[in-house]
Amino acid sequence: MDFLYPLAFWLFAALIAVSAIAMVVTQNIVRAATWLLFTLAGVAGIFFLLGADFVGATQLLVYVGGTLVLVVFGVMLTAQGPFINLKIGAGEWAIAAAVGLGFFSVLAYVLVGFEPKVPANVAVRQAPHKAEQPLAVGAAAGSLPLADNPETRSYHSLASAAVLGEALLGFEKTAPDSPVTGVRDIVTVGPGGTSSQVKIVKERTKMAYLLPFEIVSLHLLVVLIGAAYLARSKRRRGATS
Amino acid sequence: MTDSIGLTPYLLIGALLFVCGAVCMATKRNAIGILMGVELVLNGATVNFVAFAHYNPAFEIEGQIFALFVIVLAAAEAAVALAIVLNFYNNHTTVDVDTAEELKG
Repeated sequence: MDFLYPLAFWLFAALIAVSAIAMVVTQNIVRAATWLLFTLAGVAGIFFLLGADFVGATQLLVYVGGTLVLVVFGVMLTAQGPFINLKIGAGEWAIAAAVGLGFFSVLAYVLVGFEPKVPANVAVRQAPHKAEQPLAVGAAAGSLPLADNPETRSYHSLASAAVLGEALLGFEKTAPDSPVTGVRDIVTVGPGGTSSQVKIVKERTKMAYLLPFEIVSLHLLVVLIGAAYLARSKRRRGATS
Repeated sequence: MTDSIGLTPYLLIGALLFVCGAVCMATKRNAIGILMGVELVLNGATVNFVAFAHYNPAFEIEGQIFALFVIVLAAAEAAVALAIVLNFYNNHTTVDVDTAEELKG
């Protein structure tokens, strides 16, 4: 059954590629919205394949169910007469295609053969609910790094919604070993495994993603008020004046 | 889960989405079409985040949380941009960005 995973991947990849290119090429704005729907659904499938169940479900709920409905309503409210098909010239198409192909060629040239380097001595976080031993003891005992440990490997292939929620709320076991930016500090634990370095890591895990979470929630409130203010009906003022 | 695909095809999909979104932003004359291009670019970045989260265990939580932030902020951005487009359409009865020169201020 090992062929199912590549088969599903290439099916989703073909769906994404065809619908994204068709969305760029089409001149009809309604058809572009439909192609965007298939693109977003394909990206959700890619997320499921990558083991990011919660992100894939959020993509389907928020993007396909929310943002795209918003875009379609915008299309329906404004697509009248000549605005459905706004064409551009052949010369502009040629320039856009040349620039796009060149851009993609540069990116593909960089990406093919690229493999990320994971330093061997990175102090990766302990798996939640399984981390009975402190970090220094594991490093001193010469146990496997977390990525090579089969017990924690299964955890790493599937971050459930509960783990993501704990990371957002700043629980100690799953919180990132980093300040608010989320960029992990690479802490080298030597052969001795001195506990002072580990203590530094522990002290910096308090914030986690709680502050960005709150900022995003406040941002959503501001956006809600701003969008309602911008899109309000102006007929009342015209009627009174 | 088998990892027989490798990281590079996922990154290529992200690059394709990014390039399509950039070209879409540059070529569409409809303001909502430009908004769709922005959505494609954000999706390309999200695919990269989740792919790195899967293939680099040091960034597992971070990649997925950044992807969630991107999705939520894209929804907010779409709401504000559509409100602006509708307001512009109510005032000027057009969504052609080539005729939006009055917005220069």
